[in-house]
Amino acid sequence: MSLDPITLSVIQAGLQQVCDEMDLSFSRAAFSPVIAEANDRSDGIYAAKDGALIAQGAGGLPVFVGTMQESTRILVERIEQGITPAPQPGDIYIVNDPYLGGTHLMDVRFAMPFYRDGGLYCWLSNTGHWPDTGGSVPGGFSASATAVEQEGLRLPPVRLFKQGEMDSEIYAIICSNIRVADQRIGDVKAQAAALLVGEARLNELMDRYGDDTVSEAIEELRRRAAIQMRAFIADIPEGSYCATAWIDSDGVVNEPLEIALRVTRRGETLSFDFTGSSAPCAGPMNSVRATTLSAVYLAMRHIFPEVPMSAGAFEPLEVTGIEGTFLDAHYPRPVSGCAAEVSQRIAEAVFAALVAPLPDRVTAAPAGTSGNFALGGHDPERGRDFVMYQISGGGYGGNADHDGLSNGCSTIGISKAPPVEIMEQAFPVLYHRYALHEGSGGAGFHRGGFGLDYEVELRRGDARASFVMDHGRTGPQGVLGGGDGAVNRVTVWRDGVAYTPPHLSKDQDIPLAPGDRVHVRTPGGGGYGAPLTRPPEAVRYDVEMGRYTPAQAAEMFGVALTGTPPVVDAAETARLRRR
Amino acid sequence: MTGETSGAVVGVDVGGTFTDLVELDPSTGRVRLAKVASTLDNQAHGVLDALREAGCDLPKLGLIVHGTTTTTNAVLERKLSKTGLITTQGFRDVLELGRRTRPQAYGMKGDFTPLIPRNLRLEVPERMDASGAALIPLDEDALIAAGHQLIAEGCESLVIHFLHAYANPAHEQRAAEILRAIWPNDHITMGHALLSESREFERGVTAAVNASVQPLLDRYIRRLTEHLAKGGYQGEVLVMNGNGGMVSAARVAQEAAKTVMSGPASGVMAAAYTGRRAGQGNLITYDMGGTSTDVALIRGAEPTVSNEIELEYAMPIHVPMVDVRTVGAGGGSIARVTPAGLLEVGPQSAGATPGPICYGRGGERPTISDANLLLGRLDPAGLNAVEGGVSLEHVRDIFARDLGAPLGLEATAAAAAVIRVANTKMAGAIRMVSVSLGADPRDFALFAFGGAGPLHATALARELSIPRVLVPARPGITNALGCVVADLRHDFVTTLNTPLHRLDPADLHRVFAGQATEGEALIARENIEIRTIRRLYSVDMQFQGQTHLLRVPLDRPDVDADTLQQLFEAAYFKRFHVALDDIRANLVNANCSVIGARAELDLSALIDPAQRKQTLDEAMLTRRPVWFAEGDAGGGWHDTPVYWRDHLPEGFTLTGPAIVQQMDTTLLIEPGDHASGDADGNIIVQIGAAA
Repeated sequence: MSLDPITLSVIQAGLQQVCDEMDLSFSRAAFSPVIAEANDRSDGIYAAKDGALIAQGAGGLPVFVGTMQESTRILVERIEQGITPAPQPGDIYIVNDPYLGGTHLMDVRFAMPFYRDGGLYCWLSNTGHWPDTGGSVPGGFSASATAVEQEGLRLPPVRLFKQGEMDSEIYAIICSNIRVADQRIGDVKAQAAALLVGEARLNELMDRYGDDTVSEAIEELRRRAAIQMRAFIADIPEGSYCATAWIDSDGVVNEPLEIALRVTRRGETLSFDFTGSSAPCAGPMNSVRATTLSAVYLAMRHIFPEVPMSAGAFEPLEVTGIEGTFLDAHYPRPVSGCAAEVSQRIAEAVFAALVAPLPDRVTAAPAGTSGNFALGGHDPERGRDFVMYQISGGGYGGNADHDGLSNGCSTIGISKAPPVEIMEQAFPVLYHRYALHEGSGGAGFHRGGFGLDYEVELRRGDARASFVMDHGRTGPQGVLGGGDGAVNRVTVWRDGVAYTPPHLSKDQDIPLAPGDRVHVRTPGGGGYGAPLTRPPEAVRYDVEMGRYTPAQAAEMFGVALTGTPPVVDAAETARLRRR
Repeated sequence: MTGETSGAVVGVDVGGTFTDLVELDPSTGRVRLAKVASTLDNQAHGVLDALREAGCDLPKLGLIVHGTTTTTNAVLERKLSKTGLITTQGFRDVLELGRRTRPQAYGMKGDFTPLIPRNLRLEVPERMDASGAALIPLDEDALIAAGHQLIAEGCESLVIHFLHAYANPAHEQRAAEILRAIWPNDHITMGHALLSESREFERGVTAAVNASVQPLLDRYIRRLTEHLAKGGYQGEVLVMNGNGGMVSAARVAQEAAKTVMSGPASGVMAAAYTGRRAGQGNLITYDMGGTSTDVALIRGAEPTVSNEIELEYAMPIHVPMVDVRTVGAGGGSIARVTPAGLLEVGPQSAGATPGPICYGRGGERPTISDANLLLGRLDPAGLNAVEGGVSLEHVRDIFARDLGAPLGLEATAAAAAVIRVANTKMAGAIRMVSVSLGADPRDFALFAFGGAGPLHATALARELSIPRVLVPARPGITNALGCVVADLRHDFVTTLNTPLHRLDPADLHRVFAGQATEGEALIARENIEIRTIRRLYSVDMQFQGQTHLLRVPLDRPDVDADTLQQLFEAAYFKRFHVALDDIRANLVNANCSVIGARAELDLSALIDPAQRKQTLDEAMLTRRPVWFAEGDAGGGWHDTPVYWRDHLPEGFTLTGPAIVQQMDTTLLIEPGDHASGDADGNIIVQIGAAA
């Protein structure tokens, strides 16, 4: 090898820096709060010949870790096949087609060719979650869609910018098909400007180190990321590890969907076989191939955060058996649930399979739902329509080091939930409670974290409530003897009468009148290790903190408590734990 | 502006390891310095040790300005006063739930301990809505019962935090009035008092930080002032705040949360002061210590201030503070080779114990400091002072074994590689800080301080295309110097949140005038001589529909809406290269900082004039081989002169390679760089072309 390892490290840091600056530029200039606040976006550099991931911003949303190289690969193929016009300098393609390497329609990808000396050298690409792309419900998360057309406008790769100028005709078509179109121009410009920042910085890097050196480094970094992933895989004992994860329903047909996973370590390869998973479903809980791959990659990155993000890191990972299942849906299957819910259940299956061979690294199942509650209606006081989203966290799984975190964000996201005060400023609602979901953490030597318990009232006008959540039937899985976390519960109080959605965690367009309330309790995390081995003092403390009742302490952990503040009854505890 | 200050001014800063002191006597120009071990259980002992060590004459001192880590450490280690919370029914878990995040993007483990445990968070019936209308009246019986319960639990401090109190504080004020009658002390913090903005988690945490450190700070300051009084001190004690201004000891505990981050802030204030005197108003400060590196931005001699500082994961403290970011590596950062055969430096650190190998405290893993030693940049003679008796050979062997063998390099090349990778990472991190604040590093000078900052500064400047490096006379006591030169300062943020086309400029002018008047009144209360009063005005703006804000500085407060629109559009284009002509702008916040500037201090005596030699040759201690990189590849040993900082002649110039050593730091001047000294004892290094 002619390239010294130090130059390699330096160029690796340089490529990372290019992507991080793209991320920063995109977020800071964006209008959509989903991008600006929730960082629901990602930026990266991809190989010219096959779209392979060269580097990706560290602050990108985890679910995009694998989708963007798929998206770029398919774009490259289509250009080669003459389906999509070939690029010229200054062009930027726009695409949101889920079946062409995407997630759901709201995740809009831009891709810009990067030239050196007149030749295509690589692609710069980014994804941003637009607040709306049309379709039957504002925001695109229809729980009952049965075809992708109901979910919004679908764009194949087309050049939105041609030689540096935006094509106002294409943009006009987009604007005529989406809601709140007037602010999108700010996001479009921010998304394109981020790519230009990347172009300038990458040119500086290449001018400094020379094109040949950078090319050689990119190749070598890819090879070495694969070596590093293989080294981690080698820590897993040879053999197969099976797990199952369940999705409550697809929102249309009220039956659970199964993810059947067999992970096999053979030599330096880890294969993920999904044979036996459910068939494509009628409702929007389908996943597309790119998202399924990405979910496996992001789960592995949660387990091995040290591995650099590069196509090489994915090479030792083999995903099979998804053909014909709901994890590889084709047109026109609806897919709005793939990024926010199905991907998290895939990650849960990966965690559940690998916790036995990697007990120090892998946690019990996290809540694993984005907890999407949408309320759309009319506010007569302000004379306007509104759409409100409440995303919520849940408990994380217990793990070898400590108890699970409470109210953590989704496995595939990194976004913050909005404050109650901001929600009440913007929408005609009043929260009665925003609290810990008591008792929800799965029992274990290290218990799961706690979910969220909130209750919100419509104050005026009329509105319709929709839910895309999960883990309503079965709680997040406990591991190594630990108990499951509590299930997600949705109750709608209309005129004083409780209504529970038939699909438990998914429903659409439930009409609400002033005074009606929505009560949501999100899942707790799974427990880790046998609950009867948890130190009684830790159980006692949780009871003193009101996180569990004394009855739960006895039933879930075999710890008997008396008095207030509670004291451990050692003899009775010993008796309970003997049983 | 009443009263008189005469006599010497003492700045004393308590850091994690050392307590540093500077005494400047404006009448005689005399300077005294001290550096002693910090006494973290009771920081007052270290302060008194430092005063003794420096030979300060307490009865004759005019003013003592104190920077303390009491509150920062208490929060980070959760060694807090027992504090209770009374809040709106249904919302006691806000402090524990946070904003639904996790500590890292990747990795599903995470841990968080709320400032106040759940059994001490009590709820009472009351409710305001977002407009400030009372939906449920305050239940005063329940309130009193809750107060008694917390007293019975032994709480020493209390937070009253109600939803939407920023819109209408009536319930919080009434609750405080009632509870003051039964609470055993003054330690009651109302949620809206420090931060009157929406976002219940951030406001609640800010209030909880304040309450839970208030009794600690109060006791500490009382103890300190008593000790000082016993020693005969008759003057004022001022305490540094995180905004880089100071307040009197008598009042500091009321807003104790503001003292968090005061140490890093005072370093930045010293940098701004030093830079302004040296004609370098635009600085990136670079404070590299043993475990971490702090970076801040100074524009036009004014440090960047933020009111959205997060002290650690899920610990936002939303009061205006100097925006100091902790990045990258410290001298103790550990180098290792990954399973993929790549060299990585950090994020693990050897810390202070065991520390780098060369500390001789049992450290066995190669660090940045060890690499500097092997390359001749740190004085190998320093090893003799180490108790454990570590030899250069021992360090070299570990580098050869742990890094050299897997990388196919000999020990020196491995050490050079560690420095190169560390510098690349630090440069990247510094660049991200400046870019995120909308600044191009090339427009700045690098102000290097801390124990390790000057060792890496010239290389980082070269990497970042920063044209020059400024190293102050006493890099190791910069924070203490910041205490001496700091001004009185009060920052105000008023939220207007108005579309520009609906803004009545008179409203904005009224807000600015009110802020200025309040700040001036606060400054007048202090018994400190003020030279001038400065007011800095700015607005935070955004395009309608955005959530991020862009700060637009204003030359004068009496601006009209058209001017605001133009200034904002220009600032936005400069920042993002995006013009959005069709979208209207919002004015979100009006900000005013009122600064009472103290008398100018002469810094020229920080280097004792009597010690200066006449020629460079006389200032030279020795020559030794030092390793420098040449270009991007390779490098080699250079016979390099080593100078003693205090002996450098006034107005010297020299060309690298060179090393300048002083008591607490070492400056590396690379081949091709030009260094010169100025009257204040600063060294300015012009970065030459890459060798």
